[in-house]
Amino acid sequence: MIITKQKAFEAILKELEGMEKIFLVGCGDCATLCETGGEDQVKEMAEKLSSEGKTITGSVLLEVGCHELDAKKEFRAHKDEIESADALLVMSCGAGCQSARAAVEKPVFPSNDSLFLGNVLRYGQFEEKCRLCGDCLLDVTGAICPVARCHKGILNGPCGGTNDGKCEVDPEKDCAWTLIYQQLEKEGKLEKMKAYQPPKNWNAVLKPGRHVIERKKGGDASE
Amino acid sequence: MRVSNMDKVFEELKVRHAKPSIKEILDSGKFLVTGEIGPPKGPDITEMIEHIDLLKDKVHAMNVTDNQSSVMRYPSLATALIIKERGGEPNLQVTCRDRNRLAIEADLLFAYTRGIRSVLCLTGDSIPVGDHKDAKPVFDLESIQLLNLIRSLEEGKDLGGNELNEPVNFFKGAIVTPEANPLEPQLLKFEKKVEAGAEWFQTQAIYDMEHFAKFMKIARQYPVKIQAGLVLLVSAGMAKYMNKNVPGVFVPDKLINELAAAEKGKAIDVGIKIMARQIKQIREQGLADGVHIMAIGKEDVVPRILEEAEIDINEL
Repeated sequence: MIITKQKAFEAILKELEGMEKIFLVGCGDCATLCETGGEDQVKEMAEKLSSEGKTITGSVLLEVGCHELDAKKEFRAHKDEIESADALLVMSCGAGCQSARAAVEKPVFPSNDSLFLGNVLRYGQFEEKCRLCGDCLLDVTGAICPVARCHKGILNGPCGGTNDGKCEVDPEKDCAWTLIYQQLEKEGKLEKMKAYQPPKNWNAVLKPGRHVIERKKGGDASE
Repeated sequence: MRVSNMDKVFEELKVRHAKPSIKEILDSGKFLVTGEIGPPKGPDITEMIEHIDLLKDKVHAMNVTDNQSSVMRYPSLATALIIKERGGEPNLQVTCRDRNRLAIEADLLFAYTRGIRSVLCLTGDSIPVGDHKDAKPVFDLESIQLLNLIRSLEEGKDLGGNELNEPVNFFKGAIVTPEANPLEPQLLKFEKKVEAGAEWFQTQAIYDMEHFAKFMKIARQYPVKIQAGLVLLVSAGMAKYMNKNVPGVFVPDKLINELAAAEKGKAIDVGIKIMARQIKQIREQGLADGVHIMAIGKEDVVPRILEEAEIDINEL
């Protein structure tokens, strides 16, 4: 899930300077769980912007903010509300914001900062566990990722900053290599940690990422 | 076999070695004594040069820190060259925080042609502890991969797998934290550093000699030389601060009390006494192959420490 945090309202107002009529776009998936773009937050944003003198021409809650085809379809259903707006305020992640960008020609602005790909620990608590590096190492690290969970992304064991099993940078965070050591020890597989990990291919996914599922010839690619 | 052109390169660049290298000292079985030069923030290097001149004949070699604690400073490579020019022996610290593999490789080629013979391979502190908190952390590599990178350059290949026109040669150093908690993963990493080609180690600051002796019992099983790292304590407050804030550093209460009992303004004298005592102990009991003295800004007292420790490198 993409974890988002709403920008300060003053910052949102600054983005929207000179834009009087606003159309709001929410996301029914990640941003709803992060309480940054769900039904309640869209409603609240509409009220706050209205009290600042803006006119809300309408709103839509996309099922998933980052689905461009869906965004286009939903926007068509709200054509008049969008047409009459000066700008769209997208209450989703950066990807969702750019779905809107691809779907309309109007100015588009983000209400959120996108933080990371996160696991949901419990309601309202998220942690980054995968960095989307394109070259998964979890098979040799006891399914604990040092690329995402070690502050320095070290691939060959803990740095000197490990502190009672916590990270020196943030005592709230576990030292990934302490966790990896403990897990592999439990499995009796410490030799995996002893094996040298060569420099990583940081371009396993050539930026910007693009992926197309290959279809067999004659197969159905229309879905 | 092709004749090496490196002699010609060194000759043209007037590379001179005024002092024996770290490897030569260790190979001869001498107790290796190194100090540290922390480059300044800004182009006024007057004081740094004073420190270099003060230490160049008192210690076998001087470490040069690389944007230490993630604080931007005068560059380590340039400082290493200045040490060389002034007749000292530099130990170049290289971290992976600010440069990717291309930049590190290029720096090492340059260092080699200018007569830098020892490189200490570090991952580097994290960006948020320093003074450029918004900077992008690089960490393309880390310490063990850096050791392997040098090994590759020594075999005449860069990390892209391309041939170099000549190989390089360095004495490769690394660090280890004997007080790390938990210790087992740290020991595993130590072993990996040895396998990656580390030839000698400097430890993170140690103060508890009994604990250090235990660590050395394990470390002695590996074919590497080890210098005990010593950081000068200048007050009881500093010792307490390090215990609280520097992972892998532990100052026993006994030493803190000793510092606290000092007369006002005299705690540094006690710190000097403590370090001199520890150097003597390490040397006399053969606990390590040498010491690395980190005076952190108080380089001017290093000669005093060595005098009290009864160490004259010319008579070792």
